[in-house]
Amino acid sequence: MKAFLSDSVFWGAVLSLLGYEAGLLLKRKFKMAVFNPLLIGVICVMGVLAVGHIDYDSYYEGGRYISYLLTPATVCLAVPLYEQMGLLKKNLKAVAAGLISGVLASLVSVFLLAKLFGLNHAQYVTLLPKSITTAIGMGVSEELGGIVTITVAVIIITGILGNMIGEVIFKIFRIQEPVAKGLSLGAASHAIGTAKAMELGPVEGAMSSLAIAVAGLLTVIGASVFAGFM
Amino acid sequence: MKYLRQFCIILLFSFLGEGLHIILPLPVPASVYGLVLMLAALQTGILKTRQVRETAGFLIEIMPVMFIPAAAGLLNSWGVLKPVFVPVAVITAVTTVFVMAVTGLVTQGIIRKGKKKNESISE
Repeated sequence: MKAFLSDSVFWGAVLSLLGYEAGLLLKRKFKMAVFNPLLIGVICVMGVLAVGHIDYDSYYEGGRYISYLLTPATVCLAVPLYEQMGLLKKNLKAVAAGLISGVLASLVSVFLLAKLFGLNHAQYVTLLPKSITTAIGMGVSEELGGIVTITVAVIIITGILGNMIGEVIFKIFRIQEPVAKGLSLGAASHAIGTAKAMELGPVEGAMSSLAIAVAGLLTVIGASVFAGFM
Repeated sequence: MKYLRQFCIILLFSFLGEGLHIILPLPVPASVYGLVLMLAALQTGILKTRQVRETAGFLIEIMPVMFIPAAAGLLNSWGVLKPVFVPVAVITAVTTVFVMAVTGLVTQGIIRKGKKKNESISE
């Protein structure tokens, strides 16, 4: 069985899609944030790999073709962003203020909590880029002397968490403006949050896409300043 | 042939983004360059939304699935994550909630203030 799977390039992709489908099914049935299709998909894949003692590399042989589409999909976020350009211009001040305070909130809260837990410099800078997209975050972590593997793990966990709890947070804090929801998802949990924003609506999706790029770049600058604090 | 052409255009922008990523020494990923390039092409009218719309819509819709392979790779990071798991988990959870609330509330606050002002002007 194992030999068969390691020869197959398709099973990894099939497993990922089936896991996601299972998540969609559970979500439709229970309508709870825990039954997040992405989370369920990840758990399904991890479960199969762990139970079957299958190498991640064997799975990734097929999974990589799904990951391959991530760059083109991110490029496509230009389309909703373009369609909401008028709205963006109208709310430019609010958007700029929201994103700058979001990035600062991230850096300040990581700094304070890292102090509280007594983390060392490497562990601290590892966490600084946790809210931004993996490709930018990895670079920031490496540049500042962080542990890149942990940064990637934390970025993905942050994304899935934001994707799951976004709607709950909006309810608790009474965030109702679509522009605010979109920026919030994108600034806190990058592209994985944007996937959720896209489900909420085109305005949310466009603003979240914008937040990935802007918050990512602001964090590059901000993190290098904050790295000096500890 | 419509979808093939749309996919071709999208891949072309991804490729151009990759090119910029290689040439320019900035910490910007190829995908963000590609996004900016496509946005510029749409803004200037070089590219029309109808030339990419359906395929772009499909790719965006299935985007969550694309994170599954990388996220499943966390299985391999468990070894490095384990010793710092508790502080990392707490920091991740707290800051994610905090950033979401701050970004959303600040944006919403300013939007609503603007709306109120407009209303009082028109009154």
